[in-house]
Amino acid sequence: MFENLLVQGLSGLASASSLFLVASGLTVIFGVTRIVNFAHGSLYMMGAYLSWTLVTALPRGHLGFWGGVLVAALIVGVIGVLIEVLLLRRIYKAPELFQLLGTFGVVLIVQDVALMIWGPQDLLGPRAPGLRGAVEILGVRFPLYELFLIAVGPVVLGLLWLLFHRTRWGTTVRAATADREMVGALGVNQRMLFTTVFFLGSVLAGLGGALQLPRESVNLQMDLAIIAEAFVVVVIGGLGSLPGAFLAALLLGQLQAFGILIFPKITLVLAFLVMAVVLVVRPHGLLGRPPASAHAAHVVEPPYPPATPLVRYLGFAALALAVLVPPFMGEFALIVFTEIAIMVLFAASLHFIMGPGGMASFGHAAYFGLGAYGAALLAKHFAAPMELGLFAAPLMAGFAGVVFGWFCVRLSGVYAAMLTLAFAQIAWSTAFQWVEVTGGDNGILGVWPSAWAQPKLVYYYLALVLCVGVTLLLRRAIFAPFGYALRAGRDSPLRAEAIGMDGFRIRWVAFIFAAIAAGVAGGLFAYAKGSVFPTYMAIPRSVDALLMVLLGGVQTVSGPIVGALAYTWIHEQLMRSFDLWRLFLGSVIVALVLFFPQGLVGAAQRLTERRK
Amino acid sequence: MTLLVEDIHKSFGGVQAVAGVSLSVQAGELLALIGPNGAGKSTCFNMLNGQLRPDRGRIVLKGQDIAGLPPRRIWRMGVGRTFQITATFASMSVLENVQMALLSHAHRLFDIWNPVRREDPARAMALLERVGMAAQAGRPCGVLAYGDLKRVELAIALANDPALLLMDEPTAGMAPSERVALMELTAGIARNSGIAVLFTEHDMEVVFAHADRILVLDRGRPIAEGEPAQVRADPRVREVYLGTGATHGIA
Repeated sequence: MFENLLVQGLSGLASASSLFLVASGLTVIFGVTRIVNFAHGSLYMMGAYLSWTLVTALPRGHLGFWGGVLVAALIVGVIGVLIEVLLLRRIYKAPELFQLLGTFGVVLIVQDVALMIWGPQDLLGPRAPGLRGAVEILGVRFPLYELFLIAVGPVVLGLLWLLFHRTRWGTTVRAATADREMVGALGVNQRMLFTTVFFLGSVLAGLGGALQLPRESVNLQMDLAIIAEAFVVVVIGGLGSLPGAFLAALLLGQLQAFGILIFPKITLVLAFLVMAVVLVVRPHGLLGRPPASAHAAHVVEPPYPPATPLVRYLGFAALALAVLVPPFMGEFALIVFTEIAIMVLFAASLHFIMGPGGMASFGHAAYFGLGAYGAALLAKHFAAPMELGLFAAPLMAGFAGVVFGWFCVRLSGVYAAMLTLAFAQIAWSTAFQWVEVTGGDNGILGVWPSAWAQPKLVYYYLALVLCVGVTLLLRRAIFAPFGYALRAGRDSPLRAEAIGMDGFRIRWVAFIFAAIAAGVAGGLFAYAKGSVFPTYMAIPRSVDALLMVLLGGVQTVSGPIVGALAYTWIHEQLMRSFDLWRLFLGSVIVALVLFFPQGLVGAAQRLTERRK
Repeated sequence: MTLLVEDIHKSFGGVQAVAGVSLSVQAGELLALIGPNGAGKSTCFNMLNGQLRPDRGRIVLKGQDIAGLPPRRIWRMGVGRTFQITATFASMSVLENVQMALLSHAHRLFDIWNPVRREDPARAMALLERVGMAAQAGRPCGVLAYGDLKRVELAIALANDPALLLMDEPTAGMAPSERVALMELTAGIARNSGIAVLFTEHDMEVVFAHADRILVLDRGRPIAEGEPAQVRADPRVREVYLGTGATHGIA
């Protein structure tokens, strides 16, 4: 028993070290540039792939292995600099969500590039020379390489500490972390500072990936797997705090090592649960400090004009098309149309909290997916008919909205985005790991509509009525006192409170509305597809929703509708005609973030304004 | 007595920011709270409006103790506020800003059905009329001149028929001519409607021209209180202000 605990404890320490390498880079980059780099996991993956290539190509031996690892890390650093110069440098002033999204575009691009270069199969690297064996500790055999990794974490922490406290550059970095504007005002070359910081962070990520080579196979799923954990570490530790990241990595490493012994079923959930608890008790992480927002430029959001006659006319025309054309369409087109109707509602539900509410959600798929599971679980375990399932979907999603929302609406900005992501990951991993109930990765099959709604055309009309109905309800609420109150809290929390508004309750209720609406969409989606899978709640699905909203324009009321139409259409075309659709989609996202920050509807509005 | 404050204290860490301030304001009366930087004006103010909870002491509004209540509850009990740096809803029109206060007062914030656009604007327009902003009712607050924003804030603050107005540096950041106009407007409204006004202010001209009474703080303690003429003649006040070099306006 004791041996077992010892082994778990030690391997927990080894994972903590790896995690710290990645998280330290992430947190240093955030501290200075205020960018949450979604692509940090991709840099880690690149480190692993590059070191595989170098180590297998170079002659065997110490120089070949360690040289390969170090060179791989340095190359990753250069890739990081490229990303910084080409993309991030242009979006430092953009809202957090755009930065998250832009770097997620990089994630997609890197995934396809890695697929092109290294292929889909898992790659196994050689073991580290000199560290192949195992040692005996208190009667337990323990791999040497793991011991080496345990040492790497504190050593890197020590080196970083020296770098930040004993060099001029490091002092500047710390000063910039504390107050970026002040450092800029003192005449420090910010561009150079940001680029070098990005280099350092990328090297750390690359090193973290390269050092995994002797431990596990290199594969294309490494990026999102590590980034989710690294986010958790960085957020628990406090964004920008190195010691915090170290502490959190230790905590998480041990949690997972022992979690497997005690709660083997919920290891994935555990990490995110801890993060949620920490954020509620200490909203800025264990060792984090609230950001100095006093200098931050206040963003003035545009007003919501009422629909002009032209927009109204276009809306009616689109609706008329949606009602009149489908009887003459084939089955496949009907399926696509049904999906578009569902996506319009999904996007509108996210827009409700993002636009008027000004809340960043990176985990909206949770409510979509829980809606789908709400319906599917009833169908699977109680053989419930579709009518009941469609009723259960918003109920389940709404319940999650009540619980998750209560936590999420307390935070703002990056922390809110991270917490929503954490809850979505909790929902996802529950569906993934609770195999007896949810079927795990295999999902739940055979979720079919009732007999009357079986024909694709009938189901399409059902979906259209529900989706358009709920979307219009949300729209109505935006122009009603509730929507105004939501906007009021976004525009000026101080003033809102000073005229008797309970901002927390208003945002919470809005969050619940959005969850319910997403649940309706998810329930309809389940019956449209006939099955549900954990991927309905995974990060890419949340990103879909964000993209639809941002493509249309966050601060426009018609934006989500236009965005959903455009995005679903583009996505459909891409999937059909390109193998490398991720590369393409990633490029579209990056272009969107760089050139259309107001979205399509926002750009159209500007155009008509200029004409006037 | 509209507002009665008895012996409030507040310290941050080891620093006594406010140590035993008492004051009272009657309906229709303007009381100015002045003092050099760091005297405890803002801390005092933030205890009255609910942003800070006093360590001890009582804050009694129309017979009810409001110490430690959140700002939104204090507003519902009849306290209107304006801020040193104006706080309005930038994405809404001037009219909508005032309507939000009216809707909140009517407990209608959770209405998700009736468009705000169809609300009867009469009451909001009447408030804007009072502050001279009716002509700009349709403009977004995000594009207004600063002096106009201050007037909008005043209209918002008047929306719930307050018994007490708390104004933090009402004329800060305004041109001198605008300052006089805004304070005359405020004083007129307060006296006609029987509203008690408590304000802090750096501009001594404004203070001595419009306040009925003045309370002078120094290092967290009251050092003088009375009508402008009395305060002007008080040697301790002179000492405090001379000591800081800010003599103009007092002499």
